[in-house]
Amino acid sequence: MRVSEKVIEGLLWLAAVITILITAGIIWVLLSESISFFRVVSLAEFLTEKEWTPLFADKKFGIMPLVAGTLLTTGVAIAVALPIGLTIAVYLNEYAHATLKQVVKPLLEVLATIPTVVYGFFALTVVTPFLQQFIPSLAGFNALSAGIVMGIMIIPMISSLSEDAISSVPRSLREAAYGMGSTRLQTSFGVMVPAASSGIIVSVILAISRAVGETMIVAVAAGQQPRLTLNPLVPIETITTYIVQVSLGDVPQGSLEYKTIFAAGITLFVFTFALNNLSFWIKKKYQEKYD
Amino acid sequence: MSKKTNKLEAINLDAYYGDFHALKNINIGMEEKAVTAFIGPSGCGKSTFLRTFNRMNDYIDGFKVEGQILLDGKDIYQKNIRVDELRKEVGMVFQKPNPFPKSIFENVVYGLKIQGIKKKSVLEEAAETSLKRAALWDEVKDKLHKSALALSGGQQQRLCIARALAISPSVLLMDEPASALDPISTAKVEELIYELKTDYTIVIVTHNMQQAGRVSDHTAFFYMGELVEFNKTKTMFTSPKDERTQNYITGRFG
Repeated sequence: MRVSEKVIEGLLWLAAVITILITAGIIWVLLSESISFFRVVSLAEFLTEKEWTPLFADKKFGIMPLVAGTLLTTGVAIAVALPIGLTIAVYLNEYAHATLKQVVKPLLEVLATIPTVVYGFFALTVVTPFLQQFIPSLAGFNALSAGIVMGIMIIPMISSLSEDAISSVPRSLREAAYGMGSTRLQTSFGVMVPAASSGIIVSVILAISRAVGETMIVAVAAGQQPRLTLNPLVPIETITTYIVQVSLGDVPQGSLEYKTIFAAGITLFVFTFALNNLSFWIKKKYQEKYD
Repeated sequence: MSKKTNKLEAINLDAYYGDFHALKNINIGMEEKAVTAFIGPSGCGKSTFLRTFNRMNDYIDGFKVEGQILLDGKDIYQKNIRVDELRKEVGMVFQKPNPFPKSIFENVVYGLKIQGIKKKSVLEEAAETSLKRAALWDEVKDKLHKSALALSGGQQQRLCIARALAISPSVLLMDEPASALDPISTAKVEELIYELKTDYTIVIVTHNMQQAGRVSDHTAFFYMGELVEFNKTKTMFTSPKDERTQNYITGRFG
C-alpha cells in the first residue's frame, strides 16, 4: 500500500517534470540556435531591414515583412471573429432559450475541431474565388481570404470564452439594468458586456495568440512572398509559413539559412508568450472585481 | 377599503413556476402614495408577487401568470405593453445593493441616458435632485465621478434608490431593501421610505416585522402562496383576524 502510493506519486512527479524539461529543452534549442544566428546578423538589422530574402543570392534578414504578414492575417481574423463571436455570446446569454444554448454551444465548438488544412483549402478554393467576383484585383494567394477563414476558425474560441465571462456577471447587475427599464440590447451591450470586459479581453488575446501561431491556413492560402505591406489583397508570408517553407526545403542543416527558422521561431515565441502572459495578468487582476 | 384610489391592483392572480403553484388567486389593491408591506415566511410568494408588478419574473423559464395586474387601471400583462416602458413607471430596489460598476454619477443618470437624454445640464440636475431625494447628496457630492463600488453598503443602497428615482417612476418596489444593511443604514433607509411616500406609491417586502410596523400604512400577510390577510398595519399588528397571521407576527413560526 505504502509502496504503491510512492510509485504513483513518483510517476505523477515524473510526468510533471518531463513536461517542464521538454518545454525548457524547446526554449534552449530556440535560444542557442538563434544566438548563433544573431552572431552573424545583428539584432538591429533583423529588426530594421525591410526585406527578408535569406534564400536568395542577395540575402537580407529583416523580420518585419514576416511580422507584417502575421499581423495582417491576424488582424483580418480578429476583425471577423470578434464582432461575430461577441454577438453570438450575447445572443446565447441574453436571448436564446436555455435548451437552444445547450445545443448551439457544442455545435459551435465543432468549428474548432475541423483540421486547419481543410480550412486552408476552403480559403484557397472557395473564399478567394468568391471574393474575386467583388474584388477583381484580389490575388490568388492573399492575406484577406486566409484571415477571414482563420477568423471563422477562432469564432468559437471568442464566443465560448466570452459567453462564460458574461454569464458569470452577477445576476443582480442584470436585474438592475432591467429594473431601470433597459431593453435587452441596452442590458447586453451597456451593462453585461462592459462588466464582463476582462474575460472578453482575455478571450480575444487568446484568439490572437492562436491566430499568430496558426500555420496551415496561411501556408496554403496566403502565399509565400515576404512583403512589408498592410494590403490584404496581395500574397504575403507569415512567420509560421516561412518556418514551414524552410523546414520542408533542402536547406543544409547548420547553415545560416537553416538558422533563420530559429530566429523566426523565437520571434513567434516572444509574441505568443507575451500575449498569453498578458491574458493571464488581466484575468488575475480583474476577475474578482464584482464578487 | 378607503376613499383613495388604487394605484396597483391584482385581480384573481395565479402564478406558476413550471408545475409549482406559487401564487394562489390573489386579490389586492394598493393605495396611491402609501406604503404597503408584504410579510410572510420564506417561500410564501411575497417576492414573486412583488416582481409581478414590474414583470421582473418574465425572464425565468417556466414562469406563468394568470389573472390581471392593473397599474392605474391598465393590465400590465397585456400583449401591447412594453416591459421597458412599464419599468420606467415602476422602479425597483433590490435586496442586495447592485450599483453598476461605474461612477456614482453614471449610476444615477443611467436610466436617463438609456432614454437618450444626453444634455449635460439636464443629467447633472437630475443627479443632484435624485441624490438629495435619496439623502445621499451631502455624502457624495465631492466624489460624484468616483466608483460607486467604493461606497459602503448602506450608501450603495441609497444610491440604488436615487438611481430608481432619477427616471421619475410613480411606483417604487422594494425587495427587502434593508436586509443586507447594518442597523444605522437600515434606519436611514426606513426614514427615506417614510419621506418618499408623499410622492410615490411604495410596496416593500420585508422579513422584519418591526420594519413593516414602522414604515407601512398597510400590511399584507402571505402564507404558502396565499394572501391570508390584508389590512391597515396598525389593525393587523394589534388585532389580526386570522390565526396564522397571529402566529406569524407573534413569532411562533417563520
